[in-house]
Amino acid sequence: MNNVGTALYEEMIRTFDMSGASHTKETASLAHLRKEAFRTFKEKGFPTIKDEDWRFTNMAPYLKDAYQLQVPVKVEATALEALLDSTAVEEWDAWKLVLVNGQIDYSLSDLPEAGLLKISSLKEVLGSEEVSKFIGLHQNTDANRLAALNTALFEDGLFIEVAKGQKAEKPLHIVHLYTADVPSFVQPRHLILLGRLSEFTFMESTACVGGEAPVLVNGVLECNLEEGANLTHYVLQRGRRGERMVQHTQVYQARDSRYDNVTISLPETDLIRNQLQVALDGSGSECHLYGLYLPSAGQLIDNHTVVDHLQPHCESNELYKGVLQNSAKAVFNGKIFVRQIAQKTNAFQQNNNLLLGDKALVHSKPQLEIFADDVKCSHGSTIGQFNPESLFYLRARGIGEALAKELLVQAFGADITDRVSSDAVSRHLKKHLLERPVTQLQDVPHIEHI
Amino acid sequence: MLSIKNLHAEVEEKKILKGINLEVKAGEVHAIMGPNGSGKSSLASVLAGRENYQVTEGEVLLYGKDLLDMAPEVRAREGVFLAFQYPVEIPGVSNISFLKTALSEIRAYRGLPPLESREFLKLSKERQALVEFDASLANRSLNEGFSGGEKKRNEIFQLAMLEPKLSILDETDSGLDIDALRIVSAGVNKLRSSDNAFIIITHYQRLLDYIVPDFVHVLYDGRIVRSGTKELALELEEKGYDWLKESLQETSPAQQRVI
Repeated sequence: MNNVGTALYEEMIRTFDMSGASHTKETASLAHLRKEAFRTFKEKGFPTIKDEDWRFTNMAPYLKDAYQLQVPVKVEATALEALLDSTAVEEWDAWKLVLVNGQIDYSLSDLPEAGLLKISSLKEVLGSEEVSKFIGLHQNTDANRLAALNTALFEDGLFIEVAKGQKAEKPLHIVHLYTADVPSFVQPRHLILLGRLSEFTFMESTACVGGEAPVLVNGVLECNLEEGANLTHYVLQRGRRGERMVQHTQVYQARDSRYDNVTISLPETDLIRNQLQVALDGSGSECHLYGLYLPSAGQLIDNHTVVDHLQPHCESNELYKGVLQNSAKAVFNGKIFVRQIAQKTNAFQQNNNLLLGDKALVHSKPQLEIFADDVKCSHGSTIGQFNPESLFYLRARGIGEALAKELLVQAFGADITDRVSSDAVSRHLKKHLLERPVTQLQDVPHIEHI
Repeated sequence: MLSIKNLHAEVEEKKILKGINLEVKAGEVHAIMGPNGSGKSSLASVLAGRENYQVTEGEVLLYGKDLLDMAPEVRAREGVFLAFQYPVEIPGVSNISFLKTALSEIRAYRGLPPLESREFLKLSKERQALVEFDASLANRSLNEGFSGGEKKRNEIFQLAMLEPKLSILDETDSGLDIDALRIVSAGVNKLRSSDNAFIIITHYQRLLDYIVPDFVHVLYDGRIVRSGTKELALELEEKGYDWLKESLQETSPAQQRVI
């Protein structure tokens, strides 16, 4: 225990002590897991900058608000619909699942008939041993106390199961809407299970509406990929001032499975902390992780990724790029483990940053821990400004300086948005990049060119 | 159209241009030749507004306006075009949308609305044909993975699209094989008119067989040391730049400086 967010910490303890009543229908194993997870959190409290994994991301200022844990949604349906419209992906033929403060809103959703693609609220299936055994299965609660807190206290979220050998007929667009009139602490929990040789594509969009009150989202998503399963996952994070988001995504991969992730984090949200952790636990499995983060003034975007090569003949590719305006802050911490048994591993990781403000700051920390001896691995990191030659070339064709810089930012980001295999989604992401306000481009001292 | 008077410029306090005088009228083609390091490309850079050059003396007027006072993009909008010696590769910026943006910016400066998509496409097809520029290249990222010849052809394609008043071709012939040289030159010749002018910077006379200049100037040590007609280029080709250096030494040894 430490003294960060003390009032909130005590609120958590009270809540946990009372939560037993609402969890009576859950399996005994889940009850046990919750208890263990809570013990970890209770012992150590919220993360502080003394924790190695939180050195550059200080949660303390975001834990001071008088958050409420169970806040009824009070927002006009029309406001929700307007917000929902803003997340729509043009010309993308997809099912739609809308969650408001972590709860499914069926009236706003458009879902397939119950069948081989099963979608329900997580709460509905928590009594099933078959399902609940996957919760927290591959999560290291000790190292991820906020995820542990979620495990202890989560009430609901979303459950998706794609049956063995099935390819979901259409992709699914999951829209997370958040709204708060009073400071709210939301802990959604989602579980996605992909059966053997199944295939599924989904996109998560986040948006925030209503009120100026702070919202802290402490979300956990777990994805379990059985042999040969193929999961494509796009994430577009958009929010407002006062929103803070900690998202823990745990992916477990059995042999010959493939996981693709593209995560775009747009400006405005106070804090985004993404913890994407992938365990490659079957030979022949591969994951491809791409990220683009665009923090603006006073904002912090932190991407912590872990790729764990637990078996031989696996491949991981990772490219994260950041564009930082004025006083924006970003953290990239990418860890790759290659276990002793994981021979013939291919693991690549790269982090490139474009610093556009003289007070912009990025902590880039690529890490490789290799215990095997027959592997191909590389990692790297760059920090730089606009290439003056590229800028001059565009200007020499009549393009004004501000627009030329904007084009170069888009070009920098296109490296990530082009990884999206769906044209409609790719266009959608690019459109958001275009709308991104580059408010104060400044000339900064020359460091190195990308 | 263009009037350069006593132009001095330096890079990082090293004097590069030491008093250039040049008058270019509409309809004219001027070739600027000279040995490596004589300041040819620097002159092009100064005219286009490259930032690391400091003009220390002299003036450049374009239709009476002070060119040196303008940002690079304003010079382009006023009708100056530099065909780069080393065109930059910009992955992620599509060639064609870049051109569309550039054209819109130039048109907006002149109080014109952007071209309709259909008109733009029509123009682009027409101008691609002019320089035999492959449509697939037009749709790729700007110069990314282009061969040297393709990059140079792209410069001339852009020139054809933007229709500048004054075009400066900076060693456009370097790295071109004979076929590409012929195509590029034919494109330039078709674009020549009584309204526009060209400054062609080259190390070799070969290009001038295809694009016949009205005037040839020899740049040496930051100054124009000879001016003449196309015959001067032939003479240089035959006798080499050493001949020039020697003859300069004989006529005006005082002007020679050890660099």
